[in-house]
Amino acid sequence: MKSHDLIIIGGGPAGLAAALSARRAGVQDVLILERDHVLGGILNQCIHNGFGLHTFKEELTGPEYAARFIAQVKEENIPYRLGATVISISREKLVTYVSREDGLVQVQAKALILAMGCRERPRGALNIPGSRPAGIFSAGTAQRLMNIEGYQVGKEVVILGSGDIGLIMARRMTLEGAKVKVVAELMPYSGGLKRNIVQCLDDFGIPLKLSHTVVEIHGKERLTGITLAQVDENRRPIAGTEEYYACDTLLLSVGLLPENELTRALDVTMSRVTNGPEVDDRLQTDCEGVFACGNVLHVHDLVDYVSEEAALAGKNAAAYILTQQTAGKTVPITADGGVRYTVPQKLDPENMADSVTIRFRVADVYRDRYICVYCNGERIRRIKKRVLAPGEMEQVILKKSELKQPLASIRICTEVE
Amino acid sequence: MRELTCIGCPLGCSLRVFEEDGNLRVEGNTCPRGETYAKNEVLCPKRTVTSTVAIRGGTVNRLSVRTQTDIPKDRIFACMEEIKAISVDAPVMIGDVVLPDVAGTGVALIATKNVPKE
Amino acid sequence: MRKNYDVAVIGGGVIGCAVARELSRRNLQICLIEKGEDVCSGTSKANSGIVHAGFDAKPGTMKAKMNLLGSRMMPRLAEELDIRFKRNGSLVLCLSEDGLPALKELYERGVKNGVEGLKILSGDEAREKEPNLSENVVAALYAPTGGIVCPFELTIALAENACVNGVEFRRNETVTGISREEDGYVITTNMAQIGAKCVVNAAGVHADEIHRMVSNTPMHITPRKGDYCLLDKEVGGYVSCTVFQLPSALGKGVLVTPTAHGNLLIGPTATDVEDKEQTPTTAKELSYLTKTAAQSVRELPLRSVITSFSGLRAHEDGDDFIIGEAPDAENFFEAAGIESPGLTSAPAIGCYLAKLIADKLGAEEKTDFVPTRKAIPRLAELPVGERKALIEENPLYGSIVCRCEQISEGEIVEAIHRPVGAVSLDGIKRRVRAGMGRCQAGFCTPRLMEILARELHRPMEEICKNVSGSELLTGTLEGRK
Repeated sequence: MKSHDLIIIGGGPAGLAAALSARRAGVQDVLILERDHVLGGILNQCIHNGFGLHTFKEELTGPEYAARFIAQVKEENIPYRLGATVISISREKLVTYVSREDGLVQVQAKALILAMGCRERPRGALNIPGSRPAGIFSAGTAQRLMNIEGYQVGKEVVILGSGDIGLIMARRMTLEGAKVKVVAELMPYSGGLKRNIVQCLDDFGIPLKLSHTVVEIHGKERLTGITLAQVDENRRPIAGTEEYYACDTLLLSVGLLPENELTRALDVTMSRVTNGPEVDDRLQTDCEGVFACGNVLHVHDLVDYVSEEAALAGKNAAAYILTQQTAGKTVPITADGGVRYTVPQKLDPENMADSVTIRFRVADVYRDRYICVYCNGERIRRIKKRVLAPGEMEQVILKKSELKQPLASIRICTEVE
Repeated sequence: MRELTCIGCPLGCSLRVFEEDGNLRVEGNTCPRGETYAKNEVLCPKRTVTSTVAIRGGTVNRLSVRTQTDIPKDRIFACMEEIKAISVDAPVMIGDVVLPDVAGTGVALIATKNVPKE
Repeated sequence: MRKNYDVAVIGGGVIGCAVARELSRRNLQICLIEKGEDVCSGTSKANSGIVHAGFDAKPGTMKAKMNLLGSRMMPRLAEELDIRFKRNGSLVLCLSEDGLPALKELYERGVKNGVEGLKILSGDEAREKEPNLSENVVAALYAPTGGIVCPFELTIALAENACVNGVEFRRNETVTGISREEDGYVITTNMAQIGAKCVVNAAGVHADEIHRMVSNTPMHITPRKGDYCLLDKEVGGYVSCTVFQLPSALGKGVLVTPTAHGNLLIGPTATDVEDKEQTPTTAKELSYLTKTAAQSVRELPLRSVITSFSGLRAHEDGDDFIIGEAPDAENFFEAAGIESPGLTSAPAIGCYLAKLIADKLGAEEKTDFVPTRKAIPRLAELPVGERKALIEENPLYGSIVCRCEQISEGEIVEAIHRPVGAVSLDGIKRRVRAGMGRCQAGFCTPRLMEILARELHRPMEEICKNVSGSELLTGTLEGRK
C-alpha cells in the first residue's frame, strides 16, 4: 500500500495554504487530493474582486487569489491528484479515494488535514412550501453555471437570503441583463458585508427586504413566481403581508454548511454550532494527527483568514509528523454572553504557541459592547466594539504570557457597559 | 443632499452629504473614513467591474476579466457592452490586456485567469 | 402516421409498467404511452414506498385481494429485477385507550384478509421493538410482512425489463382521444395515431378521463394530495419498522418509515384537490404533517429534513380498485382508482390484467422471455475490492459526480443509455439517486447537465429538470461560440 506523511483532503484555498505551510515546515511527502478537475476550489467561480487585502495587500479576484497559491504549490512541486474524490477516511488515517485515472486507491498517512470546504443549504432545508419547478438554484450553482460554463440561468430573479454569494449574484445577473426584483432576508439584518449591499444592491437599485421570506413557490415546469411575506420576531410569516413576485428564477443564499461527511467516520467531537469538528489550539481534532482548517472547520467570510488558519494547520501537522508531538491536556474555551462559538474550542496551555488566534461569531447585531476574555474567572481582556454582527467573524489573539497558570478555564463573551 | 451608507466597516453609518458653497459637508459619520468615503461617492464614485468574456481554443469556455483599476460608476454598463461584444483566443495569462481602454475610461480590461490552449 | 399494436398501455406508472412487463411474456406487439418525459413521473414517483402487509382493506375487495397477492409476489420480483426490497415490518400505533377497539378490528380484518404473523403488542412491547416510539403508545398492531421498496426502482426496473422483452415505450406522448374501430381502437395522441386491438387504461389520476373517451359507465377520480418530508440518511435508522397511526376515513394517516435507500420519510397528508397536474406542498399541510408524525415518535429529528414533496393518489368514488374489462367496451381494460395499496398491488394487478388480455387475444407465452434484469451497479455500496475492480473495467466509475450519494459518472452514463433511459435530471435522480442527497443537487446540477448534453447530443440549453418547459438555462452569455 502506498503511504504519505501528510494527506490533505481538498485543494481549495485551505488545502493549498496548508500544503505550502507543511512543506515549508519541513514535510517533503505531501499529497493533495482534489475532487474537481482543477485546483482552487470555489475561488474559481468567484470572479468578483475583494480577495487578498490581508494576505497580499491588494484586491484580487477569486481566480487571481487561487492562482497565486497554485503557482506556489507548483513551484514547491507538491504532488496533487485531480478528479480524486475521497470516499472514506479512518481513525488510523487510511484514506480511500477514487478517480478516473487512478481507480480506487488506499493510502496510509501519518497525518491528515481536512480541508473539504462547505456547501450551500438547499431549499429543502428551509421546507418552503409550493411546487418544485426548474429555476430554483442555490446561488453558488447559478454562479458556476454563469461564470464557469457561460450560461444564463434566468431573466427575472428573486434572491432569498442576503449572504454574500447571493448579493454578488444579484450584481452579476444584473450586469448580464437579468432583472433582479428583490433580495429577501429572513433576519432583521443582512448576513452579507456592508460593502456588498452597497455595491451589489444599492448601486443597481435592487431592494433588500429584511425580515421577509419566501412562503410559496409557484409554477409547474419552470418557476413562474414566488410569494414573499414579512416575518415576525419569531421568524414566522405574518398573515396579510403576502406579496406576489413574478419571476423565472429563485436564487437561494441561505447559509453554508461545513462538509463533514467524511469526518463523521472518525468519530470525533463535532460542534453543534459550527457543524465542524471541535479542535484545539493546534487545529487538531480529537483524533490525533487529524487537523482541520477553512470552511470545513467553520464558515469564514474572508478567504484571507482561511489561508491564515490553513497555514497554521499545515505547520502543526508538520510538527506532529516531524516531532511526534502528542496532544497535551486541554482547557475548554467557553463561548457565552452573545458569543455563539469559538474556534479553537480548547487550548493546551502548556504546549500552546506564544499567541493563539481565537475566532468567533456573535449571535445577534450588538452595538457598543465589549468583547471580554476571562481566564480562571478573572477578566484579562476587554475590547470595546462599536458594532458586532453575526455576519462578521471576530477574533482575539491570546498571548501565552497573559494566561494565568495553572489555567483552568477560558471564557469569551460580550458585555454591555 | 444625498444619503449614503458607509462601507468602511460593519457599523454602516447612515451618511448625509450636503453641498454648501461648492464644498461638501458630511453628517452622520463616526470616523474620518466616513467623510472621505462620502465625498468620493458624491464627487466621483468608482467601481471595479468584473465579468467574463468568451474564449476560443482554450481549456474552458469563459475567461474571467476585470478592469485594472476602478472606473467611474456611470460607465459600468458601457463597459459591460464592450465585454459582451468581444471574444479572445487562448492561451491567456493573468494580467494579459484584453481591451486597452474599456468604454473610453482609459482603464484596461485584464484577464484574471490563466487559460492554456486546449 | 399510424402504427398498430396488439395492446396499447396508457400510462407509464408502476401499474402500466407492471402490466406491460407481464404482457411482454406473450407473443404480442405492445406499446406503452406516457405523457411525461419519463416513466414513473406521476403518482408512482411520490408515495410512501411501502409494501403493505394487507390488513387495511375490507375483506373481499379488490384492494384486499391484490394487496395480499402483491405483497407475496414482491420478494421474487425484487430478486428478478435486482431492486431493493426489505421486509422491515410495520406497526400501527394506538395512541389512546379509546383506539383499542379499532386496533382489534384492524387485527381481525388482517386475519380475514390472510395476512400472516399479525400480533397485537402492548405499548412497552412496541417500544422495546422501536425505542424511539412515543410514550403515549398504548398498543400496536405488528405485521412482520410489511415491507419497503423504492417506487422509482420498481417502476423503472419493470419498464426496462418490459422494454428488453419488446415493449415499445412512447414517451412525451399524450392521449387526446380514443375511438372504436372494427378490430379494436384508434388512439389519437399529440404525436400520432395508434391502432390497438386492446387498450389498457393505467392513467392514474387521469384514468377517468381516458375511461370517458370509450365508456359510458360512471367513473370519477379525485386527486387526493399527500405531502411528505424526506429526512437525511443520518436519521434513517430512527425507526426500523414502518410506523402508522390508526387509519382514518381519508387513508392510512401519517407514517414514519425508513426508505429502501436508508432515509427517513414522514407523510402523507390527505387533501382532496381539483388540479391533477399541480402538486404544490402547502405550509398548512407540512405543519400538520410534522405535528402528526411527532405524535408517533419522540423528538422527531426535523432538523434533518432535506426536502419536501407531494404526490396525488387516484381516489375513485367507489373506494376500491377498478380492475378488468370495461362493461360497455370490449377489449378496453382498466386499472383505475389505484391508490394505496397500489404500489404493493402492482405486480398482482399486472399479472391479473395480462392474463385477462392474453386469454382474450389468445396470445401464447414466448419462449425467449427474459425475466431478469440487472441493476446499474451501486458503487458506493460495494466492498472496496469489487469497487476497485469495476473502476478498472470502466474508469468512469471512478469519477464521482454526486458527492452526497457518491454517484459516479459511470452510473449516470449507464442510466442515460439503459433501455427507457434517463433524459432529464429527474430521470437520472430516480435511476441512480444523483441529486437525491442532502445538498439536493446543488453541486452536481451543472455536471449532470453536461453529461446529459454530451450523451444525448443536445445543447445545454435544452436540458430539462423533467418535461419540456422545465429547461434549467435561459440562454448563453454573449460572445460565446
